Amino acid sequence: MPRQSAVRQERRTAPLSAAETAPAKLDRLIHERLRLGILSALAANESLTFNELKRLLKTTDGNLSVHARKLEDAHYVACTKSFEGRLPKTEYRLTSAGRKALERYLDHMEALIHAMRER
Amino acid sequence: MASMASLPARTKSREPVALHAHAMDNLRFIRETMESAGSFTAIPGRGGILMGLSALSAAVVAAWQPDLARWLAVWLAEAAVAVLIGAVTATQKARAARTPLLSGPGRKFALGLAPPIFVAALLTFVLYQAGLYALIPGTWLMLYGTGILSGGAFSVRIVPVMGVCFLVLGAIALFCPLAWSHWLLAAGFGGLHVVFGALIAARYGG
Repeated sequence: MPRQSAVRQERRTAPLSAAETAPAKLDRLIHERLRLGILSALAANESLTFNELKRLLKTTDGNLSVHARKLEDAHYVACTKSFEGRLPKTEYRLTSAGRKALERYLDHMEALIHAMRER
Repeated sequence: MASMASLPARTKSREPVALHAHAMDNLRFIRETMESAGSFTAIPGRGGILMGLSALSAAVVAAWQPDLARWLAVWLAEAAVAVLIGAVTATQKARAARTPLLSGPGRKFALGLAPPIFVAALLTFVLYQAGLYALIPGTWLMLYGTGILSGGAFSVRIVPVMGVCFLVLGAIALFCPLAWSHWLLAAGFGGLHVVFGALIAARYGG
């Protein structure tokens, strides 16, 4: 019995410390829902236009451009602006840094789930 | 989650539970977004082009053969080559998109395609034994079309459309003499693969 409780003690502290450190290690830039959505959608596509992303993620122009800009600033996505006839066309694609960041995030989430299953 | 609920109440650390649930939720969100992004298919377009080109050369080689057994052997060899091309290019595409090959759409496609291919293999053997060579091309085209149609039912629309084209060609081939249906095979496994492969490669991520 005492041993068991010691084990429980240990188990209790381990995830707690993980919980404390996890947010620090977590890529805050990706963690936000809409930005996570942008990266996920781009991971499944060679490239997507601004309007395609907007439709896909059911969001507004303003919201999308703010979050896309943050990802662009972090060099997670690359943005090319061109004209299709007279209409401006903004196209986004995932950079290799962005893909790596998304992979790290996926690994992170998987590790969290894994840690919980082992308890 | 159920196992968490059964834990004694004194494991008060609710935060890991929330984190865990949140992580699951995040993964689900990522997957759903990738799936609904839609303009992606696990089916490799470039693989389709290569399969088509190898089928076209097989059609030419098969046409030269002196007897029907050799004609059949050439097409069977081509089938093996096509399977290899398909497997390699599908793996490459899945890796590039970081979607495990046999998860989700890829598995659905493989599961949909496998039964008709198995049936086609068996029927080929039976038709060969019965000497009914003229029925073989139609059988192949129709069963392959069936497989593409069912495997691609949940993929982007272009995939089932390709399946329907194979079905139509196969239906025509069933009522044609072998001299014609041989070229229908070429038109299907060669032409349709090249055309649809190019369209998929251009529009749906390679």
